[in-house]
Amino acid sequence: MMTATLGSRKLFDQNWKRILFWGGICALSQVFICLVGLPSELNRRILIESTLSLGYLFILWIPLVFGYIVSKMVELEGIENPKPGAADLLSGALTGLLGSLSLVLLMLGIENLDMRDPLINWNPKLFRLLTFENSIAFGSLVWIAVGVGLGTIGASLHQMSSQIRKMFTYAIFGLFSFAVLEDVIDDLSEGFRLEWLSDMIYAKKGGMTVTSTIVLAVLLALLPLIVRGKFKTTVARYRSDATPDAQRRNSAILFSIIAVLVIVLPWFLGGIINELLANVGLFLLLALGLNIVVGLAGLLDLGYVAFFAVGGYTTAVFTSPNSPWFSPETHFGISLLVVVVMATLAGLLIGAPVIRMRGDYLAIVTLGFGEIIRLLFLSDWLKPYLGGSQGITNIPAIDLGPWEVRGADPRSVFYMVLAFCVLAIYVSWRLQGSRLGRAWMAIREDESVAEVMGINTVNSKLMAFVVGAVLASFSGAVLAAKVGSVFPKSFEILVSIIILVVVIVGGMGSITGVMVGSLVLIGILGGPRQPGLLQEFQNYKLLIYGALLVFMMLKRPEGLVPTARRTRELHQEEYLQDAWLGDDEAEESKEVGEKL
Amino acid sequence: MSKIVKKRSKSRVSGVDRFLNFVRFLMATLIVLGVVAFISQQIWPNNPFAEWRNPDARGLTGDQFKGLVVSGLSQGAMYGLIALGYSMVYGVLGFINFAHGEVFMVGTMSGWITSEKLNDAGLWESNFILSLFLIIFVAITTSTVTAIITERIAYRPLRSSPRLIPLITSIGVSFFIQNAVLGLFGPASKGYPRLPEWLSKQRSIFTVEIAGTKILVMVVAGLSMAALWYLVERTQTGRAMRAVAEDKEIASLMGINVNRTIVITFGVGGAMAGVGGILWGLLFRSVTHMTGFLPGIKAFTAAVVGGIGNMGGAMAGGVFLGSAESIAPMVILEPLGVPGVSQLKDAVAFTVLVLVLLFKPSGLFGEKLSQEDRA
Repeated sequence: MMTATLGSRKLFDQNWKRILFWGGICALSQVFICLVGLPSELNRRILIESTLSLGYLFILWIPLVFGYIVSKMVELEGIENPKPGAADLLSGALTGLLGSLSLVLLMLGIENLDMRDPLINWNPKLFRLLTFENSIAFGSLVWIAVGVGLGTIGASLHQMSSQIRKMFTYAIFGLFSFAVLEDVIDDLSEGFRLEWLSDMIYAKKGGMTVTSTIVLAVLLALLPLIVRGKFKTTVARYRSDATPDAQRRNSAILFSIIAVLVIVLPWFLGGIINELLANVGLFLLLALGLNIVVGLAGLLDLGYVAFFAVGGYTTAVFTSPNSPWFSPETHFGISLLVVVVMATLAGLLIGAPVIRMRGDYLAIVTLGFGEIIRLLFLSDWLKPYLGGSQGITNIPAIDLGPWEVRGADPRSVFYMVLAFCVLAIYVSWRLQGSRLGRAWMAIREDESVAEVMGINTVNSKLMAFVVGAVLASFSGAVLAAKVGSVFPKSFEILVSIIILVVVIVGGMGSITGVMVGSLVLIGILGGPRQPGLLQEFQNYKLLIYGALLVFMMLKRPEGLVPTARRTRELHQEEYLQDAWLGDDEAEESKEVGEKL
Repeated sequence: MSKIVKKRSKSRVSGVDRFLNFVRFLMATLIVLGVVAFISQQIWPNNPFAEWRNPDARGLTGDQFKGLVVSGLSQGAMYGLIALGYSMVYGVLGFINFAHGEVFMVGTMSGWITSEKLNDAGLWESNFILSLFLIIFVAITTSTVTAIITERIAYRPLRSSPRLIPLITSIGVSFFIQNAVLGLFGPASKGYPRLPEWLSKQRSIFTVEIAGTKILVMVVAGLSMAALWYLVERTQTGRAMRAVAEDKEIASLMGINVNRTIVITFGVGGAMAGVGGILWGLLFRSVTHMTGFLPGIKAFTAAVVGGIGNMGGAMAGGVFLGSAESIAPMVILEPLGVPGVSQLKDAVAFTVLVLVLLFKPSGLFGEKLSQEDRA
């Protein structure tokens, strides 16, 4: 078996068990996705005119991915794998075939059995979708052809040269982003009076036109050929060669370009996109706060929404004339000072009892606190003070002299949120390298050691709670002024979890990561109540957030844009193993460690 | 010398400790005050304190009080059954399986589907006992399978990672299962079919009026607990589980298949949650995709109250928590003049969690754990 050179496998020399296993999973996930109702619900969103909708896409990616997985080789030290060949393509195709067969079975099942009683999506709508409004035979043929084809493509990804693979991925992901960002591009081109551009790409009824898809696919596929890794090498050379002074100057230039863009762009965007950006900003603010608590200090606070609620309710009580008990009707600025005080108090009050607890207990207890606070806001007991389930309405717009920030004008809200976000980013950035920030990271990595090194763990942890609380309360305050009312319903535990997903997907402890995370997740999928770019996702958001959380934890716990320290922490074991394998590897892993 | 030591020890009492002592004192005072106010209200309804705080309160009649205790106990029995799963997994793997509440919900949901099919077939009315066994069987199977699958997919690859990682993963699993069930079965609340008259009617046992369903709940919970006790304490598998909980490496050196044992632990925890799910369905007769969330957290609270990793403690903690959340609002909060106390049931349960961790972090029946394992 372990001869030095092995030719490619014979065509039918397959690992049947493996194919059956992955094909079975492929089949199950396709049926699951159909029955959860993703295809029928998302079918409304058209990606490519009269060809592809988001609903179909949700079935189609499965054979591709599983075809890729099933033909993947496990590379072991000292054992040479057989050369990939037609046999691998066949295994991919068979996996796709198994998946498609499950869809055929599903179609037959829907026609002949009535299972609508428990399964709400076992209905003619799904049947029509699966058969392409045609007969079962037609639908089966199409699905089998598509499944086998996609499985083969997935398997062949291993055998393409890296150049072609790159072109392929560029084209696929580029097209996908173009299709998803339809509203944004539409809006932008309208703002810049370039309607012809969006008219050219997108069809009238939504979705890209077939021609533009092909043209764009070709252009995107050519992109890596033109760039040819020049970008990467330039960046790498720049990183290693440029003097610190030049680097600083360049990052200042980059920063001002981004700043100008962020300030100017909203004027060219319509109301919906601005609203979306404002929501992204609100959640970014929350996420930056949680990033300090979870990402830097390593305290898993699941009741983070409590501070959000404190900010919102304090603003409501102090500015709204409808506040039932105490209504000074102050200006937003003054109420903001009170918000800071209240949030600090809340941070101390919630933080102090939990500070001595170990990580997982802390998570559940803070979750409990979050629920207690929501239940108190909801209860009859505090109704005379905080309005119970009716909440507090009629919160006035923020009056800033010449400008007014109100919910009806999302652009103004966006600027308001932006100001707070900039403050939050500055604070977290400065804190990260400060004595306190380093203390937090030390606590995250090993509390006992940190304590022995002379860090006052109790005070540092409390500070993390307080800073996080203040940032979250700012977000709550702006939200209250934006929506004009606060209800206990807006402060459910869900908010905490979604922010946690944002922080984890972005990369715990990384400011850029959190920004990317909130832009991608909140912008595209949407917040707990706020719709994102893909409004059709409304009912499936949480399903996807849950799946994303599990996936990230399993495959990339350090997040999309990780910090070096965190990566090392999470993959410590691998480095150690490499070190154990042999001296050469140890040297290599050291280098890897240093690079990271 | 002694002076310096004194000074040091003085400075070690930080502000946080002082604050915590204050909170402990405050909470204890409130509880004592509430209980005293309640008792004095019972004895002398128009005492000045009651007049001041809560002039409308009548206090509780004996029957009302017994009713509260009984419903608390039956609810607590279910919390206890769910708490067993938390406790066992915590004992073996040392992490909180946040998705366990969802395992319970899946059991309730599958019980609903089966019971409805049985109702359509007429078996539910003609032979209730058989159908009860059937739905319990189905629920146990579904919950066990769910628990084992989640272990295999989500937790096994993470066994060696930092402690918070599996916890965060289990939050994701919890949301995924919740929303998958929402997608599959829809958002509407699903009602269990009507129970036969002979079961649900009120009975009087030792002057306590109690619905038959509640008796059933307590009996089934007791039986499951006994079966579990037998499994853990008297069988080879149980010994393996205890050994793995003690020390995984040594256990594997002793020839125990650690992976298999962990799977069994998840499975048994899931089975208990499945039984709890059926009991929940019979008692409240409705289930939605959110059914598992609150009972899950409360069951975790119960596990902590009883001392996590301790199975008898989990059951006792469940019963304690169930009775506390049913009695405390009427006995402690109402005499202090808090209106709408029944809304604060859940808040009371969470407060119990905080109080237990403040006063006795190892739980009421927990062994003294090492510094490393302590909360």
